[in-house]
Amino acid sequence: MNIDFILYKLLFAVIILMLSLVVAMYATLAERKVAGFFQDRLGPNRAGIFGLLQPVADGVKLFFKEEFMPAKADKVLYILGPCLTMLVALLSSAVIPWGDTLIIGGKEFALQMADVNIGVLYTFAVVSIGVYGVMIGGWASNNKYALMGSVRAASQMISYELAMSMSIVTIVMTSGSLSLNEIVSQQHGMNWNVFTQPIGFVVFLICAFAECNRSPFDLPECETELIGGYHTEYSSMKLGFYLFSEYINMFIASAMISTLYFGGYNFPFMNELGLSHNWISIIGTLVLMAKIFFFVFVFMWVRWTLPRFRYDQLMRFGWKGLMPWAFINMIVTGFFYMLIKRGF
Amino acid sequence: MNQDSTKISLTNRSKVVSNKKMTLMERFYLPAIFKGMIITFKHFFKKDVTFQYPEEKRPFADIYRGLHVLKLDDEGRERCTACGLCALACPAEAITMVAAERKEDEKDLYREEKYAATYEINMLRCIFCGDCESACPKEAIFLTNRTVPSEYKRDSFVYGKDVLVEKKNARIDVSKRQTPEVLAFKKDKSKSHNK
Amino acid sequence: MLSHYLFFFLSAVALISAMMVLLSKKPIHSVLYLTLTFFTLAGHYILLNAQFLAVVHIIVYAGAIMVLFLFTVMLLNLNIEGEFPKSTLMKFVSAIAGGMIFLVLIGTLKSFEVTTIGNPELTQIGLVKNLGKILYSDYILPFELSSILFLSAMVGAVMLGKKDKN
Repeated sequence: MNIDFILYKLLFAVIILMLSLVVAMYATLAERKVAGFFQDRLGPNRAGIFGLLQPVADGVKLFFKEEFMPAKADKVLYILGPCLTMLVALLSSAVIPWGDTLIIGGKEFALQMADVNIGVLYTFAVVSIGVYGVMIGGWASNNKYALMGSVRAASQMISYELAMSMSIVTIVMTSGSLSLNEIVSQQHGMNWNVFTQPIGFVVFLICAFAECNRSPFDLPECETELIGGYHTEYSSMKLGFYLFSEYINMFIASAMISTLYFGGYNFPFMNELGLSHNWISIIGTLVLMAKIFFFVFVFMWVRWTLPRFRYDQLMRFGWKGLMPWAFINMIVTGFFYMLIKRGF
Repeated sequence: MNQDSTKISLTNRSKVVSNKKMTLMERFYLPAIFKGMIITFKHFFKKDVTFQYPEEKRPFADIYRGLHVLKLDDEGRERCTACGLCALACPAEAITMVAAERKEDEKDLYREEKYAATYEINMLRCIFCGDCESACPKEAIFLTNRTVPSEYKRDSFVYGKDVLVEKKNARIDVSKRQTPEVLAFKKDKSKSHNK
Repeated sequence: MLSHYLFFFLSAVALISAMMVLLSKKPIHSVLYLTLTFFTLAGHYILLNAQFLAVVHIIVYAGAIMVLFLFTVMLLNLNIEGEFPKSTLMKFVSAIAGGMIFLVLIGTLKSFEVTTIGNPELTQIGLVKNLGKILYSDYILPFELSSILFLSAMVGAVMLGKKDKN
């Protein structure tokens, strides 16, 4: 535990947090731009060139809006809700391997906050406590629509968590490790898990949509039925936190998809290029970013293509559609894995 | 429901909705979702239909029915004689006027002996139907391809002569809507409106 | 040294929040304090180098069971006005029950000897690999039995949730 190790970790943590925030900030702009392009429009383009200052303008607007609190709201929990959502959204970035190692002055620096040997379980835990922020906020607002939205959000997240974990368990089975770093390094080159686990990938992707409360699973915040869902009573930066954490979640979920199924920082022909280790690492990080942005785009693409589910459809799909597929996938994978391992 | 009504088709894009049982492939939904996503992706590269409004304006048709103008004749005299036919024709009752007699020294201001001392159109009532234009026997009022700008008060939407009468040095071209056919139609005694 | 301070901090938070579970007026606050207690316990597991247990503790207790608690409490909308009536007899009985638990606790603490545990950094028992090996070799029977228990509970839940045909 020397001093430059701690300094490096601190610096890295700051960088990762800033990166998540900036990406989420520009994801709000990207969402509106993408929505515009899908609908033959332009999207915001007045604040700065190509609307690049639009997130800043939105942020300033949110900051200067009135801080409103319902008279009968539970004051502490009302404030705790959005804070918790934001915190949980940022937490999972700690275990994602953002790149290989960098060797500076003979010392090896890992481009990962914490290479815990239970990285996958850690993300499970973070996802499972993500429900609290929404539930607390919805309940503390003392508004029936908000409560309705939060109950929907919670039950949806719990339901889809199961199929999601089931599909990750398959990945854990094939790679034999719970460490995300280990899982990524096993997908060296083009040995991406998506080729061996296509069903698992589809299940995971759909569950990721549901966990992020993104369309077509955005019933917790649907405007037409629940006038905004769990954040009906929120205004100003507290609302901003809720909206912002959705984009952070999207970024982290894309990072998880890339890490688990698309090889993380690995890219084809990484050995044949003949570059030094550091260059490969830097290119790998950029490649990971490209993969993440692609999946963020997919999130938006799906949002502006598919209509919202009905609540009973959502539940039926989660339990009767995804769960059996995740189960079958797990059992078949386990069976084949056993055959190979035993050498039959 | 009338059985025949289903057979009438205005466009050939309508599809008959059926409740048939879906095949196994259809029940996976994924192919259909991909199809939809490809459709939206095609739109991603399509030309935008947006007009960048203040800089770029949508071209209006020459016969667009927008903000009214009270025309002056070639010598710069007001054509309107305050006959009140436009107010009578107006279905929304948006037009009011007060008639006055022309003084001797106002001959270069008004074409005929009677003129409108005040002439007001309430733009909130106006439905821009153009009946005033058709009714006018003196070719004095026209609708133009300008729009009514937004205001902060309701009172400001009552436009008086100061806005409606065209300026001498900024004439408004209405020749596109005053074609010989239109003039002939207005003079045609066989039509009911000219009797 | 740092872990020492962390231990005391976590213990203090755990005790205070455990007290607050009982003392807070609103049931929903009690549930949230209980969740906080679980988190501090998870912290203790991490201090004992049992990361797997810590994370599973959070997933199972904080992530699943407490969410269900929260659900029920939220939907029941228990207010202070709707508190259960407490008769003198009830208070008397609960005082006796609580006192007996207290006695049992004192009894166990009395026979408890302070043992010095080796440095938790050196014991690798809490890590996934070792835990898995032990579970699937020495404790295979209880492990499988508990899984059967879970399965039967799941089947029972589905049976209860099924719509009655009649």
